[in-house]
Amino acid sequence: MNINLTMFGQLISFVIFVWITMKFVWTPIMAALEERKKEMADGLAAAERGQHEQELAKNRARQVLHEGKEQAAEIVSQAHKRAAEIVDEAKENARAEGARILTAARADVDQEALKAREQLREKVAELAVLGAQKILQREIDAEAHKDIVTNLTEQI
Amino acid sequence: MAGDTLTSAEYIKHHLTNLTYGKLPDGTWAWAHDAAEAKSMGFMAIHVDTMLWSIGLGVLMLYVLRRVAVNATSGVPGGLQNFFESLVEFIDDTVRGSFKAKNDLVAPLALTIFIWIFLQNLMDLVPVDLIPYLLGDHGLGIAHFMKIVPTTDPNATFGMAFGVFFLVLYYSVKIKGPGGFAGELTLQPFSSDNMIVQVIFIPINFILEFVGLVAKPISLALRLFGNMYAGEMIFILIALMYSGGIALGLFGGVLQLGWALFHILIITLQAFIFMTLTIVYLDLAYQEH
Repeated sequence: MNINLTMFGQLISFVIFVWITMKFVWTPIMAALEERKKEMADGLAAAERGQHEQELAKNRARQVLHEGKEQAAEIVSQAHKRAAEIVDEAKENARAEGARILTAARADVDQEALKAREQLREKVAELAVLGAQKILQREIDAEAHKDIVTNLTEQI
Repeated sequence: MAGDTLTSAEYIKHHLTNLTYGKLPDGTWAWAHDAAEAKSMGFMAIHVDTMLWSIGLGVLMLYVLRRVAVNATSGVPGGLQNFFESLVEFIDDTVRGSFKAKNDLVAPLALTIFIWIFLQNLMDLVPVDLIPYLLGDHGLGIAHFMKIVPTTDPNATFGMAFGVFFLVLYYSVKIKGPGGFAGELTLQPFSSDNMIVQVIFIPINFILEFVGLVAKPISLALRLFGNMYAGEMIFILIALMYSGGIALGLFGGVLQLGWALFHILIITLQAFIFMTLTIVYLDLAYQEH
């Protein structure tokens, strides 16, 4: 055990090392560790917040989906109703149209019948006149008896 | 490296002699050529090997720590960074656990002590002959003596222990005031309401407390020195076996491996004990009794 100047050399280097460690090593490392700790805490808090928000969003999405489904069902039921209405309307229209066409057709038929009767009447008159002419050709002059024939034609 | 001309005793002595530069009795400064010459230098000598190895290791420590400090960001650390940051946190926890007051010096002090002593102790695991051989007369021829484990030199351990001791004294006086510190040394453990009895107690108390106070740095230094010196001595003794033939040499190799493995525990433990006691002593300096 020979104690000598080395001890003071060691003491001085020890002091210098401790001082350097304190100034240039410990402080920045602790600052970084502190910052990391803080960032981790922040990150965890953010994650928790995010999870919470996700939960909320999920709920909201479920609600929106539910509403959408309800709306869709409503729209479908309305569409069904409307379709039934349209069918009814179309039926109604068709019925009215049919009736109208029928009426028009009946009127036409009546008119045609009237016209035919008229023609028939004229034809008959003609035939009658022709027959009478044939009969009277021998005895009567057509001119002389024209007013009688006309009178007859009108009576038929 | 038990040389052919060396006896075992000379071999051991050679390994236990520091590379010394100092003032010879005739007043000139020179390198010591043998143990006797180193001894004759007395106090005015410097163990150059102790200084160089310890300062070199200290600079290495500071270099690595500084790099860790510069790279320390709040991002994800990797590898070495992670290791040292864990170490720093571990020491910070230890200091917070033992040292109740607030002081910015204690934690970096503890970190320096732990890593520096650990590195110096770690040199013990380098085979005892390797570096002395490389640098010695059969190698580069730079130095005749070379003790590469600074903590086997009591100068190194006492240097650190006194450093701690001065801090203990400084904080004792700073926290308690000179009067408070003096009172702590003289008015306890024995005290009395009777004035005369109290006066008689003062020298008794002082002797008890002073011994307790001085024992702190001495025990701190001697514990580390003793453990490392003994460990080194065993390595040297094991190394002696290599000169005893193949069988003894192989046996020595096994022993050296075993002792080295066990020594890993000791060097870490001694560094940790030195650090912990430093923290405890400083904590005591802060406490009012």
